[in-house]
Formats: sequence, C-alpha cells, structure tokens
Amino acid sequence: MPALLIKNGRVIDPASGRDGIADVWIEDGVIRGVGANLSATGAEVFDASELIVTPGFIDMHVHLREPGFEHAETIETGSRAAAAGGFTSICPMPNTAPINDNATVTSYIAEKARRHAIVNVFPIGAITKGSKGEELAEIGSMRQAGAVAISDDGRPVMNARVMRRAMEFARSFGIPVIDHCEDLHLSAGGDMHEGLESVRLGLRGIPGCSEDVMVARDILLAELTGARYHVAHISSSHAVDMVAFAKSRGLRVTAEATPHHLALADGDMRPYDSNYKMKPPLRSARDVCAVVEGVVRGAIDAIATDHAPHPGSEKMQEFEQCPFGIIGLETALGVALERLVHSGKIGLPRMVELFTTGPARILGLDRGTLAAGASADVTIFSPDRAWTYDVNKSFSKSRNSPYDGYAFRGGPVATVVAGEIVWRC
Amino acid sequence: MPLGSSGNGLLGIGLLGIENLKREAIQAILDRARDFQFRGDNTFRKLDLLRGKMVVNLFFEASTRTRTSFEIAARRLGADAVSITAQASSVSKGESLVDTLNTLAAMHPDAIIMRHAASGAPHFLQRHLETPIINAGDGTHEHPTQALLDARTILDRGKVLENLRVAIIGDIAHSRVARSNLYLLSRYGAQIVLCGPASLLPRELERIAPGVILTTSMDEAIRDADVIMMLRVQLERQHEAAFPANEYFQFYGLRLEHLRLAKPDVIVMHPGPINRGREISSEVADSQRSVILNQVENGIAIRMAVLEQVLVGPRENAGVAH
Repeated sequence: MPALLIKNGRVIDPASGRDGIADVWIEDGVIRGVGANLSATGAEVFDASELIVTPGFIDMHVHLREPGFEHAETIETGSRAAAAGGFTSICPMPNTAPINDNATVTSYIAEKARRHAIVNVFPIGAITKGSKGEELAEIGSMRQAGAVAISDDGRPVMNARVMRRAMEFARSFGIPVIDHCEDLHLSAGGDMHEGLESVRLGLRGIPGCSEDVMVARDILLAELTGARYHVAHISSSHAVDMVAFAKSRGLRVTAEATPHHLALADGDMRPYDSNYKMKPPLRSARDVCAVVEGVVRGAIDAIATDHAPHPGSEKMQEFEQCPFGIIGLETALGVALERLVHSGKIGLPRMVELFTTGPARILGLDRGTLAAGASADVTIFSPDRAWTYDVNKSFSKSRNSPYDGYAFRGGPVATVVAGEIVWRC
Repeated sequence: MPLGSSGNGLLGIGLLGIENLKREAIQAILDRARDFQFRGDNTFRKLDLLRGKMVVNLFFEASTRTRTSFEIAARRLGADAVSITAQASSVSKGESLVDTLNTLAAMHPDAIIMRHAASGAPHFLQRHLETPIINAGDGTHEHPTQALLDARTILDRGKVLENLRVAIIGDIAHSRVARSNLYLLSRYGAQIVLCGPASLLPRELERIAPGVILTTSMDEAIRDADVIMMLRVQLERQHEAAFPANEYFQFYGLRLEHLRLAKPDVIVMHPGPINRGREISSEVADSQRSVILNQVENGIAIRMAVLEQVLVGPRENAGVAH
C-alpha cells in the first residue's frame, strides 16, 4: 500500500493537545508523523484544506445485528454505515442471536469483522448468560477473545447482587461494566417519555425516574466494588447530576450520550412516528439541556450513537407495536456539530475528544490518537459543508432514522482505517 | 402534520380528533346534527345525501354501540356501509395493519371508520393512505364523535357550553372520552374538572388545555357542576392494579347524595357501557338527571353530520325531511 499524505488540514489531536494546520503522514498502516510540509516519495496526497483532520472516531455503542438478525444489519453493512459517518472503530453490543455471552460468539464476531468489516470492530460481551440478569457470562474468556467491555444492553441487570458480582469480576479483568439503566418495573409497558406529551398522545410513559434509580444504584455499587462503571445513553437530568457527583467523589464512573438525546425532546416527535421511538425515550426539553450541559461540564465523556437498525416492516406498525431504536452512525457528526459546536456550547477540540479519546479511555483502546506509531485511523470532516441526509441512500440495511431529509451543516468527508481510505464523500 | 383535520373542512380529510379542530368546525357539526335528530316521528325516512357512497367500518376492538351507531348513520344518509371486525378479517391471520388498510383502500371506499386499541393507529395510517379516516376511538387517545355527541346532548338541555362547569370522573389516564371532551369543552371556555384516583390522574393533564382543573376529591369535583360525566372503569386497560378495586365505588362511584352538591339542574352523562355499582349507582343511572340514553340517540345524528362533512362537505338544511 502506498503512503498517504493528508495535507493542509486543521489537525486536532486531543491526545497530544495539537490543534493547527499540519500534514499527516501515513505509511504501512500506521501514523508516521504529523507536522508542517511533510513529504513522502510516491505517496498519495489527500488535500484537506478547509477540513478538520482528527484521530478516527470511535462509536462505543452500536448494534450490528449479526449473528441472528442479518435482515436488519450485518457486520459488513453496519461497518460501511460507520465509515460513512466518520467512524473508524465501532463496538457492537451483545444482544445478537445467539447473545454474545461466551468466547465462541465473541470470536465469531471478531472473525466476521476481520473478513467483512471496513472499520475496526471491538465487541462488547454480555454481563450475564443470555443477558437474563441471573448468572454471570464467561467474562474472562470473552475478554481473551477480544471483548472490550461487558453490558446487557437493551436490558438492565435488575438484580443488584448480580450487578455487584459482575463489577467485581470485570474489575479483575480491567474492563468496564456498561449498564443500560432502566428499572423495568417503573418503565413496564411504556412507549415514550412520561410527561405532558405522553398524556396528550395517550401513550404509556417511561418515567425519567426509571433511569435515575438504576444510575443511583450502580454508582453505589461502583463505589462498593471499585469497578469501572459506564452509563450507556444517559438521558435524564438527574442521571447527569449523579454521574457528575460520582466523578467528584473520585469514582471511576463515565457516561455516554447519543446524538438524539443531545438534540431531540419528546415534543419534537412526529406523532406516532416510530422513527422517534427508542430507549431511553426522547425526554423533556429540560433533560435535553441537562445532557448538553453534562457534555459542557465534563460529566459526559463520549458520544455514542446506539445505532439500532430495524427493518421497515417492524417499524411500520402501530406505535406501541414497534421496536425501540433508531440508526445513527451516518448522522452523528452532523448532529453533534449542530447541537454542540455551531450552537457555541463547546469548541471543536472538545467535540473531537467526545468521539476519540473519550471512548478510547473508557474502553482502554490504543486508538483515538495521531501519535507516531499508532494505527492509522483518521477521520476527515468539514465543519461547514452543507448536505442533506437521504436515508434511502444509507449504507445501513435499515431506514429507521428521524433525520431523513434533514439539512446538516458539516459532516464527514473521508475515513481512513489502518492507512486506507475506506470511504469518501 | 396536524393530528386532526386542518382548518374547518373535514371533506376528503376525515376526522382523527378534536384536539386540532377549530371551534367553527365543531360548531358546524353540532348545528348540522340538529337537522338529523329524531323528532318523535317513527317513520324516519332514509335520506339520499350520501347515495352512491361507500363507507367501511373497521373495528379492531370490540364495540357494539359505536359501530351500530355509525352503521345506522351511514344507512340513513343513503350510503352503503360494510362492517368488518378484527376477528373476522385477515388481521387474525397475521396481516399487518398497513396491509389490511391498503387492501381495503384498493376497493375504493369513500371513508374508513376505524376503531383500534392502539393510540395513534389512525394517525399512523393517515400518513400512508389517501382514503379519509374517521376515528371511532384510538386506544387511550381520542374518541372525537363521542365528545361531539356529548356536547350535542348538553346543548339539547338548554345549556350553553361557555362557562359551564363539567366534572369528568373516573379513569382519566386511560380515557379517550375524557381527552376528546376536554379539548372540545376547552374550545368553548368551559371549566373542566378532572377527578379520579391519583394513580389514574396524571398531573400533566393540568397543562393539556385551558380551563382544566384536577382533583382527587369527588365532592370537590361535583360541587356546583352543571354536568357530571362518569367514565367506565376500564379494567381491560389496567396494566397493573393502580387502585384498590374494592374501594373504588366508595370513593369514586356516583351516588344520589352527590347530586345535592351540584347545580340543581345538573345532568349526569356516561359514554357507556355502564357498570352499575362500580362507577355509578343504579339510582343515579335511572334518575331524571341521567341523559345516558339521549347520548346514545345523539350518537346517530352526530355521526350523520360527520359522515356528511367528510364525504360531501357542509350543507345547509339540504334535503332533510322528517
């Protein structure tokens, strides 16, 4: 593979604190150097003038549906959607069929990814067998097979004693426990956030409290066990406050927010349109502000999409029948730019952290850096380019996005994985 | 996209709810329904205002009075009416809602009258279907023709909707009747007192429309009321025991002694079917103050007016004879 020179871009590398116009020299799949006026014989040159060049984005929360639900997504199609969204690494959650609760499934996913994925895939293993919340999964051997974290995502671990044991065990393997925080008794039957909108639409509510009580419980367990604990898709103002509180006590507690929870409130829903149905649900406008503020204050460490493909046949039903979840890989950067950067809430370097060093630190990945010798994963994006999302042109197999037809300002331009341009717009 | 029909006209659009209906549109239906009321002449003649029109009654949820009422309304106006219940249709064979509706739409009915247990089912379908849909009750969301017939019944008693005090009592959270009624009454500036066990009375309702007040006290709700609307305790919509069932009648069942707190000319309404001894005592249900059967009767007149508006548009007294 010839060398690649990415010239004249604004290089933002939070890991080193670099922020300025520079060239990035890539050869043999690794970063050779970042600096002014670099040259390399026979290198392919990518002109990144007016563009931002950063370490490859990491999405620590996706659903690739393989094995088991290949009609909705595959490791290959999901990885293509990721590349088109500027992501060079993605972490699939274990709620496949079979559930990724043992090393065989972990290895299967890793092997499928090695052959068919165009970005890096770091699987997340289940906390409990079958994600049933009862008996611990084979955490150690999944770790050895490549799992970077454990989670029963889609379901919480309702039994606090099981969660305690999971945290203790995960700690000994140096991996974080990621919880989908939802008290199933409080949320039972709910289809959207509980509030004026749910009452108005006659839909059953999922109270913010159902998230809060689990975040509170988990933080106490994290203190008890000393584990690394991560809150998936944080969406309520109280949960954000509690994570900030845990951090102030020096606990190893982190959190991610999805683009949609940074941008959309329950009142923004098109009535009974299942492209606005997900868990946690779109919450109140107050909660959305709190999540944005959580990013600004540093309570939230990463942006993760919770990319959840569902085929049209499942989403084209009565609202209460439709499954939860929306796709998000291709629109994440556009939404983050609009809600966080163009709105003046944070600067570009902080946003890049949320996509790179943030998730890399949580998962202990040797990614998210442009340091010499690092794997040459690079994201190139425009902060200003006007473009409109057409979900029917998505690389994902599914079409369940609330952003179809949405006009964005700024988005991905090219994605480089291990030195190879795997996607360009 | 609006939840109900936009503007004043229902022609070709249908009727999904009261929430987005303008007052003029409501008034037009209420006024026109008077022309269709039964006047004691038992040789009620069939009209031909909707001759050549075909409506499909599609009921995914059990209903006797609403379905029959729509059927009679359509036939009295000269339309052909076909009724399909979910059990008898291909729904029981696993066909999706969209496929069922597309199949029916391909037979080119002029309107589909639909009841469904899922809130928003007709709204979802309206986005994928050209045929006008009349909502005959969607889940726990709206039941627009019920609110219209209730308003017609109140007006028939010589009351004016403005400044009326209306107590709606029962399982508010799960009631589509309560929602449609409060939107309608709020349009006219009425005061609406919603009352029920706290677990069935979401606090957010206070902000749902102007003029809405909440209370968990039956006495407070009924004091000075012009109208008392009792709701059926919908056990089939209870996903949990939200209140101790055995105590319900004691605290939220309407009994004769309650009526003394209300205005002397108070009327008692109920969308039916009533559960005697659960939310209303037999003495009240059968009393002079009860207008429950008038409601049923007005159901036909209101649905005739709605069908006419949806299928041919507003008419002024045209072709009505008794």
